[in-house]
Amino acid sequence: MLNIVYNGELDPRLCKDVIGATVADIVDHDPNAIFLDADLMSCSGTLKWAKANPERAIDCGIAESNMAGVAAGLAVAGFKPIIHSFGTFASRRCYDQVFLSGGYAKNDMTVIGTDPGVTATMNGGTHMPFEDVALYNALPGATVIDASDPACLASVLRQCQNRPGVKYIRVGRKQLARVYADGSELPIGKAITLRDGSDVVIFAAGLMLHEAMKAAASLEAQGISAAVVDCFTIKPIDADAVEAFAKKCGAVVVAENANRHGGLYNNILEVLAERCPVPAACVAVEDEFGEVGTQSYLMERFGLTAAHIEQQAKAVLKRK
Amino acid sequence: MDIQEKKQLQAFATRIRMAALEAIHSIGSGHVGGVMSIADTMAVLYGREMNVRPEDPKWPDRDCLVVSKGHAGPAVYATLALKGFFPYEELKTLNRGGTRLPSHCDRTKTPGVDVTTGSLGQGTSQAAGLALGNRIKGRKNRVFLIVGDGESNEGQCWESFMFASAKKLGNLVVLIDWNKRQLDGYLDEVLPMGDFVAKMEAFGFDTVKVDGGDVEAIAAALERTRAGGDKPYAIVLDTVKGHGIAEVENTAMNHSMPVNDERFERWTAQLKAELDALEG
Repeated sequence: MLNIVYNGELDPRLCKDVIGATVADIVDHDPNAIFLDADLMSCSGTLKWAKANPERAIDCGIAESNMAGVAAGLAVAGFKPIIHSFGTFASRRCYDQVFLSGGYAKNDMTVIGTDPGVTATMNGGTHMPFEDVALYNALPGATVIDASDPACLASVLRQCQNRPGVKYIRVGRKQLARVYADGSELPIGKAITLRDGSDVVIFAAGLMLHEAMKAAASLEAQGISAAVVDCFTIKPIDADAVEAFAKKCGAVVVAENANRHGGLYNNILEVLAERCPVPAACVAVEDEFGEVGTQSYLMERFGLTAAHIEQQAKAVLKRK
Repeated sequence: MDIQEKKQLQAFATRIRMAALEAIHSIGSGHVGGVMSIADTMAVLYGREMNVRPEDPKWPDRDCLVVSKGHAGPAVYATLALKGFFPYEELKTLNRGGTRLPSHCDRTKTPGVDVTTGSLGQGTSQAAGLALGNRIKGRKNRVFLIVGDGESNEGQCWESFMFASAKKLGNLVVLIDWNKRQLDGYLDEVLPMGDFVAKMEAFGFDTVKVDGGDVEAIAAALERTRAGGDKPYAIVLDTVKGHGIAEVENTAMNHSMPVNDERFERWTAQLKAELDALEG
């Protein structure tokens, strides 16, 4: 079942509570599932459940590298581990361990990195991963997800349990616009068309979907038909969907809450270059470090709003 | 331990040295120093302490070995070949394209290798995770972890030791190969590590120090870890880098060294003489 219910309103749930409930459900029903956190269980919504299930909800303390290695060892013992930390620590801090002890050694694991990009808000630049996507993009065989909304998050988390390799899911802890009905199944690797269009296509992920939908509505009022496609699977990118929409629209905008280098824009440009070279532009962080502020301030500061998408769509249309 | 068993273990250690040397000679050079320093421990582990099945390397209830100083791969391969995990002749494929025996241990390639190591420190956390996982699964097996003394420069080792102690992993035995030397020279010149026994005790391990060249002492230290309990075990192996080949022991920079035909024949002849004396 896949039911698109987007109407511009926020899903009432906090994503951290969705992580907590979904992880608990997975671990409670699969004797080989196990959850590890690095002193951030209260941030992943797992703390209360973990305290009641100490055997398969392991708090590793503030030692992310060790946590990733322990997860790999648990995989050797036959478990399917899920680990969590903030996106910076779930990527940069333990990357070598996830890469070698995990990916290279064929010890499958799911890594949840919360507070991606500007959603790190008040924790500021030290906690603001713009590069996590690029890092996991470069890990051979990895799956990279930027969750669109709570239903997407729950769906991909469940799928990751039976998917080989390293899986990286980035998602904010707070609210996201509701896109899909609860219980929707979003097959990993398949992009989803949220809005059809013929002049320009906006490929977006995570937080940027809502901005893309707002931009498309505004463009429509100005006589420009913009498609919006949810690329929640950044890797492996749905190359067929990218090619089909690029051919149909002839102009592409990519919107992502990450550095323009090495992420969704990169993966889409590869498809365009090899299959369908058309003009493209991106709305992403222009190779900068993060900083502190509210999410709305940061979205303006780093150029990640509907207005920026609209501006880029018009600019790319001129290059058609 | 009776004298017969002691001689058998000593002979096994010598055979491990000879086989590892043969593998390294076949490719021309390798990590001779750190391979030789753990040969006696490998002999006791696989000759006496560990419960493994060469015909079924992934038997879930097997005892596991994590050689976190993954560059000692040739010592592991020599031992596994002698135990029958794969044909002895395969040792001569070491580091050749397409081999199952890469320089650093790889669980996806070699029958009998439980954990992939080589990026120093990473084996320690995996060993802790494996021990924890085995315990949750209700297995009665143990995990043996060999850590290099130089390797312990890596902070990850100490993160994993804290974790093992906090989780009361009494099914984990850490063996520290205290051979006093790392790649650039002596530990005391590069990054002094102080007193390993005091450090491991402070980290909550049941710790002993033994002569890492004495199979009887190693066996006794390992035997007492069978009790399990709520503390992980540490055995600090007082070893000599290059142990068993005097010329290697006396070479200052013996972390990795060439083994040409002349060296191979001379060193092998020395080891063979020792073997004959033990088995004569």
